[in-house]
Amino acid sequence: MLWTDLDRFGFQDPWRTFDRLNRATSGLLAPSMSEFPMVNVWMDGDRAIITSELPGVLPTDVDISVAGKSVTLRGSRTTEDACEGECRHRRERWSGSFTRSIELPYLVDQDKVEARFSKGVLELTLPRAEADKPRKIAIKSE
Amino acid sequence: MTDVNREMTKKEASVPEGVERTMPRRVFKPDVDIIELKDETVLTADLPGVDEHSLDITLEKNILTIKGGVEQKIPAGYRLAYGEYEVGDYERAFTLSDEVDKDRIRASVKNGVLRLVLPKSPVAKTRKIAVTTA
Repeated sequence: MLWTDLDRFGFQDPWRTFDRLNRATSGLLAPSMSEFPMVNVWMDGDRAIITSELPGVLPTDVDISVAGKSVTLRGSRTTEDACEGECRHRRERWSGSFTRSIELPYLVDQDKVEARFSKGVLELTLPRAEADKPRKIAIKSE
Repeated sequence: MTDVNREMTKKEASVPEGVERTMPRRVFKPDVDIIELKDETVLTADLPGVDEHSLDITLEKNILTIKGGVEQKIPAGYRLAYGEYEVGDYERAFTLSDEVDKDRIRASVKNGVLRLVLPKSPVAKTRKIAVTTA
């Protein structure tokens, strides 16, 4: 996901909507290109909060790295597999490893990133780097 | 990467036709794993955002219902700039077989995952008849 064009496109990239429509109509024929885990991004001027639902993932199993404008989430989850033979009734939960990168519209202050994990929901607070903030220019009147 | 490549969208829980929910929020069907062991059946459900206080498990006759309430926290002053998933409650029901010992059902929630252990009743266990060759 690239955020660079966000301002130009407004709320959501229309190509993404096209992509979704295309995927919905082509059904099972097209291989899924959906990104995982799904994220929600909340913005407040110079701060962003990224939330993601990662039930059953231990905080120690998530690796968060910030470089410039992008944040990368890496992690994995294993599901219980205590049975042998035909004892599995349903298997719907995901397992395996994931990598997800999100690009923000500004440089992130790496030292001030906060991550909280509660009830299987990850919440990342990413403030904008001081050096990247727009500088106010004073106007001199004569 | 094993099976995480498949489409990961939340599935909406079903309601009987013509019936509406009282609260205008979305209700999803959690993903579950059910495995049957020798003495018990173990149900695991992904319920992100649910803890032991907001989870409601009921057993009426043979219908086991799992309901999980999720409180959506909208960060004050923030606006949703990009959304891929929706937050809502969870609901799913299963029909249990008679062989579950209903008094000994155990449930625990950790990191948004429910683990429900449904022990088999002793009656069902002793009903097994070993056949030997004469």
